[in-house]
Amino acid sequence: MTSIFSKFDGIAGALGSLMEAGGRNPFSVVIEKPVSSTVGIIEGRETLLFGTNNYLGLSQSPRAIKAAQEAAATCGVGTTGSRIANGTQSLHRQLERRIADYFGRRDAMVFSTGYQANLGMISTLAGKDDYLILDADSHASIYDGSRLSPAQVIRFRHNDADDLYKRLKRLDGTPGAKLIVVEGIYSMTGNVPPIAEMVAVKRETGAYLLVDEAHSFGVMGEHGRGIAEQAGVEADVDFIVGTFSKSLGTVGGYCVSDHPELELVRLNCRPYMFTASLPPEVIAATMAALEDMAEHPELRTQLMDNAARLHAGFHGLGLNASKQVSPVIAVTLEEIGQAIVMWNRLLDLGVYVNLSLPPATPDSRPLLRCSVMATHTAEQIDKAIAIFKQAALDANALPAAA
Amino acid sequence: MSETVESVSALIIQKLLANPKVPRDIDGNCKIMDDLAFDSLAVMNFVMEVEDSMDVSVPLDKLADIRTINDLAACVVDLKNKG
Repeated sequence: MTSIFSKFDGIAGALGSLMEAGGRNPFSVVIEKPVSSTVGIIEGRETLLFGTNNYLGLSQSPRAIKAAQEAAATCGVGTTGSRIANGTQSLHRQLERRIADYFGRRDAMVFSTGYQANLGMISTLAGKDDYLILDADSHASIYDGSRLSPAQVIRFRHNDADDLYKRLKRLDGTPGAKLIVVEGIYSMTGNVPPIAEMVAVKRETGAYLLVDEAHSFGVMGEHGRGIAEQAGVEADVDFIVGTFSKSLGTVGGYCVSDHPELELVRLNCRPYMFTASLPPEVIAATMAALEDMAEHPELRTQLMDNAARLHAGFHGLGLNASKQVSPVIAVTLEEIGQAIVMWNRLLDLGVYVNLSLPPATPDSRPLLRCSVMATHTAEQIDKAIAIFKQAALDANALPAAA
Repeated sequence: MSETVESVSALIIQKLLANPKVPRDIDGNCKIMDDLAFDSLAVMNFVMEVEDSMDVSVPLDKLADIRTINDLAACVVDLKNKG
């Protein structure tokens, strides 16, 4: 009899060698207790958190915590239903109104996670005979949405507006709508797309544009509305998708749009229709965190200053770190073995980052992915840089000259 | 100009051999993932190179049915003829 698990033999072997090389399973790190937004207890030790996507530190917002407590006390802890059945309370509609208003859009849909927001919007918008045009380095939620859609799916080269144009031109004369999907900040590398050029391609070819601002919401733009705001092209973006689980520190996803047909998407979108809605305390905490974000634009200035400090520190060590400054800073290593040793040394020495291994990385090389927070202090960042130096030396991952 | 499965298959093999990690003795019947040890991402990236040479876009759902180099060549020829 064939084992139903035999398909996992390859990954079992890879995990075995990963643990043999480093002593830990990097995919089962437990944060035993969050001490603050920037420090958690891991393996009984206070550890600096540089891999949590909690860009503004709002997971620990006192206002959001209080709002969650009050909502749980007055509304209970769950909705026990989906958005189109018994799972919409007035809080859900309030949050949708506030998110739509924040973006200056006609309407918003709130999903239970950011993953589901991409899954739902992409699979529902792109129907049979339509075309989905995806950046090659798209997040798994975008690829999974494309698999759930009956549309034809075409990849273009990462951040390459000319390649996007070429692939759309090949579709000249084909019936069916074309939906381009790009991200505001690419989650693995911190790369930022040339969005104005992509908007020009969209206009010339008559395509629709969906921008996933999961990592750029709260981070880029004067009001934190993301890359489209920063580049001044919001009017050309048909759909903005995002998540509450990064800058706002809670959980949930959304899509905002000026297209009135968004109301009809609600009735065709399976990842929206067939899952339980967010519990009241999460909705209340998210609205409170949105107020924090709106009232404290200095958090974004601090975040970018912190990102620049870590970025400069890594380049000063001679590490192969991301070229652009963004709160996602990835250090690329040449060998998987090196990355495993270095990641383990970092944790031994008190810094938590994300270990990303191919094929979850854009090329065949491993990444140590860091995310910076507005609440990191200069001392914490400098300590992290010093620990990176030691770990890189221990892993033999610094260039000879450094 | 019309391409045949043989000519496209030859072009794919030529492109594959440019990668020093690929075995030297490949032919059209080689399975791209099993015999060449490409992961899913490497396959998608390689197909992009073929797309550029042939000026054609291969939709991702078509890749699910492609096992061998000849399968890929047949798919490209089919898409070219439709265009």
